[in-house]
Amino acid sequence: MKMTRRELLKTAAAVAAATAVGMSVPEELQAAAKHTEAGWKWDKSVCRFCGTGCGLMVATKNDRIVAVKGDPAAPVNMGLNCIKGYFNAKIIYGADRLTEPLMRVNDKGEFDKKANFRPVTWEKAFGEMAKQFKKYYKELGPAGVAIFGSGQYTIMEGYAAVKLMKGGFRSNNIDPNARHCMASAVAAFMQTFGIDEPAGNYDDMHHSDTIVLWGANMAEMHPVLWSKITDSKLSKPARVKVVNLSTYTNRCSTLADIEIIIKPNTDLAIQNYILREIVYNRPEAIDKEFVEKNCIFATGWVDIGYGLRPKIDHAKYRKAELDTASKESFKIITKDEATAMSSLGIKAGDKMEMKHAATADAHWAISFDDFKKGLEPYTLDFVAQLAKGDSDESLEDFKKKLVMLADLYAEKGRKVVSFWTMGFNQHVRGTWVNEQIYAIHLLLGKQSQPGNGAFSLTGQPSACGTAREVGTFSHRLPADMLVANPKHRKTTEEIWKLPDGTLNPVPGSHYMKIMRDLEDGKIKWVWVQVNNPWQNSANANHWITAARDMDNFIVVAEAYPGISAKVADLILPAAMIFEKWGAYGNAERRTQHWRQQVTPLGKSMSDTWQMVEFSKKFKLGEVWKDWKLDDKTTLPDVLAKAKEMGYKETDTLFDVLFSNREAKAYKWPDPVGAGFINSEAAGDKRNVEGFKGYGFFLQKYLWEEYRKFGLGHGHDLADFDTYHKVRGLRWPVVDGKETLWRFNAEYDPYAKKANHGKFAFYGGFGKEISKGDLMGPKGDEKVKLPNKAKIFLRHYIDPAEIPDADYPFWLCTGRVLEHWHSGTMTMRVPELYRAVPEALCFMNPKDVKKHGLRDGELVWVESRRGKVKARIETRGRNSTPQGLIFVPWFDEHVFINKVTLDATCPISKETDFKKCAVKIYRA
Amino acid sequence: MIAELRKNRYLVLRRISQVGIMLLFIAGNLLGWKVLTGNLSSSRVMNLVPLTDPFAVLQVFASRHLVSAEALAGAALVLLFFGVLAGRAFCSWVCPLNLVTDLAGWLRKKTGLEQDGGQPGISRNARYWAIGVSFLVSLVTGIAAFEWISPISMLHRGLIFGMGMGWALVLAVFLFDLLLVKQGFCGHLCPLGGFYSLATRFSLVRVNHCKEKCTLCMKCLEICPERQVLPMVGSLSSSVSSGECTNCGRCIEVCMSDAMKFGIRSYSRDQDPKIA
Amino acid sequence: MESGADGEKMPERRKFLLSMAKSLGAATVGGLTWTGYLEGKKAYSSILRPPGAVAEEDFLARCTKCGICVEACPYQALILASPGDERPVGTPYFQMRENPCRMCRDIPCTAACPTGALDRTLVSDPDGQGVMRLNINKTQIGLAVIDRETCIAYWGIQCDVCYRACPVLDKALTVEYVRNERTGRHAMLAPVIHSSHCTGCGMCERACVTKKAAVFILPRAMAMGESSNRYIKGWDRADEERMNEAPEETETATPRSEKSPMDYLNKGGL
Repeated sequence: MKMTRRELLKTAAAVAAATAVGMSVPEELQAAAKHTEAGWKWDKSVCRFCGTGCGLMVATKNDRIVAVKGDPAAPVNMGLNCIKGYFNAKIIYGADRLTEPLMRVNDKGEFDKKANFRPVTWEKAFGEMAKQFKKYYKELGPAGVAIFGSGQYTIMEGYAAVKLMKGGFRSNNIDPNARHCMASAVAAFMQTFGIDEPAGNYDDMHHSDTIVLWGANMAEMHPVLWSKITDSKLSKPARVKVVNLSTYTNRCSTLADIEIIIKPNTDLAIQNYILREIVYNRPEAIDKEFVEKNCIFATGWVDIGYGLRPKIDHAKYRKAELDTASKESFKIITKDEATAMSSLGIKAGDKMEMKHAATADAHWAISFDDFKKGLEPYTLDFVAQLAKGDSDESLEDFKKKLVMLADLYAEKGRKVVSFWTMGFNQHVRGTWVNEQIYAIHLLLGKQSQPGNGAFSLTGQPSACGTAREVGTFSHRLPADMLVANPKHRKTTEEIWKLPDGTLNPVPGSHYMKIMRDLEDGKIKWVWVQVNNPWQNSANANHWITAARDMDNFIVVAEAYPGISAKVADLILPAAMIFEKWGAYGNAERRTQHWRQQVTPLGKSMSDTWQMVEFSKKFKLGEVWKDWKLDDKTTLPDVLAKAKEMGYKETDTLFDVLFSNREAKAYKWPDPVGAGFINSEAAGDKRNVEGFKGYGFFLQKYLWEEYRKFGLGHGHDLADFDTYHKVRGLRWPVVDGKETLWRFNAEYDPYAKKANHGKFAFYGGFGKEISKGDLMGPKGDEKVKLPNKAKIFLRHYIDPAEIPDADYPFWLCTGRVLEHWHSGTMTMRVPELYRAVPEALCFMNPKDVKKHGLRDGELVWVESRRGKVKARIETRGRNSTPQGLIFVPWFDEHVFINKVTLDATCPISKETDFKKCAVKIYRA
Repeated sequence: MIAELRKNRYLVLRRISQVGIMLLFIAGNLLGWKVLTGNLSSSRVMNLVPLTDPFAVLQVFASRHLVSAEALAGAALVLLFFGVLAGRAFCSWVCPLNLVTDLAGWLRKKTGLEQDGGQPGISRNARYWAIGVSFLVSLVTGIAAFEWISPISMLHRGLIFGMGMGWALVLAVFLFDLLLVKQGFCGHLCPLGGFYSLATRFSLVRVNHCKEKCTLCMKCLEICPERQVLPMVGSLSSSVSSGECTNCGRCIEVCMSDAMKFGIRSYSRDQDPKIA
Repeated sequence: MESGADGEKMPERRKFLLSMAKSLGAATVGGLTWTGYLEGKKAYSSILRPPGAVAEEDFLARCTKCGICVEACPYQALILASPGDERPVGTPYFQMRENPCRMCRDIPCTAACPTGALDRTLVSDPDGQGVMRLNINKTQIGLAVIDRETCIAYWGIQCDVCYRACPVLDKALTVEYVRNERTGRHAMLAPVIHSSHCTGCGMCERACVTKKAAVFILPRAMAMGESSNRYIKGWDRADEERMNEAPEETETATPRSEKSPMDYLNKGGL
């Protein structure tokens, strides 16, 4: 069927409208999508890359992906893509795709950590994997094994991983690379609203008059969203203002009306300046009614450290690291810090002991007057001199910009959306800067309305859908539930049909801590899924040594060989996106499903299959016995209860978790999969080691079980089949309708149900807190705050490491449009490789001259932790102010994470990849 | 072995010189050595002293263009060296094509092609015509004419920067010398050789002949690639006076009676030249 | 013609004249062939020369094909044409899709040229003290040209790979924001080249992700038109500079004006 452009436009608009109200896509359009090209079968899918969540149509022929196109019916991108999306058809066909299990084996065919990789069968791979698992599990208990999960897991994959790890192995040591990505956003959402994920949606870009970017290089990292913002600017050029706050000039500045170049870490001070400006100078801008009805004020401890190792003289630290490491225990207060925290009686030269590092998330309610008092020092004069990032800019000009920024926020009737990504999240005070942006929006009553709100963008295709919503974090369970909460564990055990007490109540090791635990010998078995931890983790030299030189077993499921595969002991070839059934959830809460399009290459199999197969190796008797976790906690033996539930000790985890009666009720074939393969349900033409399929619709089972967690709790998802008819739906999906603006009674059925007026911040976490003042909580009295959000007071503090005479430069790391994360996929697309073949060291030309270097010259970038060689670039996409360099991390030959510091936000445990001190010299 | 080397000492030294210079140029490009960069058209020694092909510079002038002072200085240096001192030694000690034409000459002898006789008549003066034509064509086309077709540059540049189809022209010269005309290219056609012949007319280093020692075996004439420069053999003690002599030293090597020697040019005839 | 001894005088002179004539003939034939060959070779006009190259005609004359510029390039981007490259043999050029010019600030290739074929003054500016300093932004290797039909940014794809690859971005290559009327929700970020700043370095051509580059470098003479300097943009003061190059006298001639007025008026019928 052929469509004219006009027809296509009409259809696209109709579909967009249909999905907006939660209707399914008209039948004709689906048919149109399927049969436009002779011999090619088109089906809808999703882009493999960022958190934008662009819809794709994928064409297959003879079991190969032959083309993709932007899905004109997808509301996010309406047929468009960015340059990474454009190459989706090529990402699975790299010449060096891993197609069979590889293990380090000696000449006798036995596993040997020091041997080279050789191909092995799946049978042998799983055999050794289980043998090693059992050895270390026995020695160290559930805390001795771990999974590095991912925001690129499909939702069902992530769910299977959580179920296997937490329900089966009773270990909470599963943490996704999303910890590096938006854990700070999560922590702040939970602390502020009591429930995770943005209130708004991408339509905010069209409704708003003001777009403020706080550390989000959307022009490169969210190009399709950036084109929406650009369109908004074009549609109302005089009204719409774009502000770009960044530590260096990036491509967003081209469109921006105001560019504000700040010194690293000072965004928090600027936020406090804006708050102060509102509270002291423009109280009329405060939406008093909104604040009184919907908000309370709160604060927390300032002496919370930097998320480094608590033991500051840890034996594995190298001598050069000790200075920075000590900041975890204490720091000497600088003049600026003293000014910022003067309301706490802190003075310059004081030694601040980091007494609350372990309870960093504690907070208590304060009065508005306290809040106001705390903001007092953040005057324009103080903040401008502290925050100005470009030494070539005059202080007066910089001040003017700060005032204009405050003006834009405070102007009555001006709609404002604040966007951020890694600039806020990867921050030693990541949770705080997230909270402070909400503080501004809440104070002004500019939240949860079309065109008004603080909007955290995500980097990964399913950071929201999988990492956050499924809860693949070490402290979480599905639907924002927590392992530490007995009620939540009980709910989970009921849905998973586990004996009471199976789940481990102690939060597991977060991503960085898994690395540190490996180095400490506390974790000895690790499974990596859908990410590249040894390239993506800061201070990488430590973790590489730990993986290769210590007693442990590292399994890496990968599609392509990268750094993590190189340090592994066993590599499992993983099926990629179009080779499996899946679903992703994007940054605007839109859940999108796709069908398996082609048979996986070689002997590669999906991560789900790998986990389900692995679960067959464990009998209940091996995992559900009692485990002593520490001096305080012992996991009970639940075998007796299990027997009461009808399980046998000899049942495997496979029988209980994945192949139970309920699962088998999801029959394959199923109409939704008519004409499509399902390698898990029915095997495929390859007949890999005789695998004929499980005989039931595994993915649908996992989905339907998973969605039970959210139903009725503000996380409602639609049923499996619906998602195969529509172009995604934004949760909560209630009565078949998606939700556009959460917490707003006009749009959100939960807010309406709360019966709390126009708004209800109904999230349930942290809604009972102590009362106190600026100095701390006072008394035992608790405040209950149903339907309220918190406006925090948080203070500026210097980062863990700042440039000095020996290491005179700030190092900021990040991304480029052309490459995705560690480059395992995009560096294999010839066009993208050609476009950006290597990571460059962006540097200010004056610095280059000052150090006697030349443009294009190879230099060493060296920190107290490691060094890499990179080529100097003084032109092009990024221009850095003097004293700061920018190096992207996609290129394993410019392994910049050997240089970065593993300091994290003490609350969110998200690493700050944006600032550490380095020196630069000719290579 | 040693005796053999001794006997062919100039040949060995020439090959070392030719190949050595070539290798230094190649290292200049591949390894970034600074001893010799560029190629025979223009080069720098130790990234400092410029050397330029003077014939090329003259062609540029003929094409109605100027060259930089550096190029001019380089040309002057080269001209001074060969013109005052070394004679037409460029052809036998530096030029890489000489290796090719010498090989052709050697094969010609070995295979008996030499005895075939019946050469197409090309005058040894053709090279002087070629110079004239080079300048004329340069004038007409506005570009240094010989530099565009020179098999010497083709080979030399090719070895340093990559040959491309350049081997075809080199092969053509080889076959021309092998099958058609003995010493065809270097001894008859090459305008660069012709240029050096003219330019080194009065250079100091020369082969000196001593009539008294000469046994009239005529081996020198047999081996000489430019035999017309040895009219005095057996009849007159004198220096080789023609600029066409390439100072290759083959005559000295084959002379069993010590009648040929390198030395400083003697201007007096019939007098024992001073042996250097 | 080996000079031989001959007794007879008259024939000797005739012989000499004859041989001269023959040589002259051979030289003429050779010279003409040679000229024809060179004229054909130097006609290759779409070659991209190193920074600071003088006008192609002069360049071909001045370049001694020494390759020092090629050796000086730290990125091995310059190629010395060899026979079969279909370019003037021995002269340096770029192939942008493979290895473009990185616009080194110290312009080592130009600085190294011994003959002036690459002229430093063409890529230098006077500094505050009037001393000439190299300025790579002045180089004019060529000019980038965009094929808007195959450029995916003009389809609305968020590409702009060329833009980000441009060392002179926001001057030589800007993105023009155009609303995407089809979606009504997105903007196209369309790359546009500006000849006043484009150096023709070729970074865009190499980076372009289409199968065959949709942005590519052509010699400026090939890539650019030239507008009449008898019309000056009324809205652009700077455009008046073009008047300086215009000759003062103008005479226009068309087939209609072929005949003199007298001829026209007096001859021929109506």
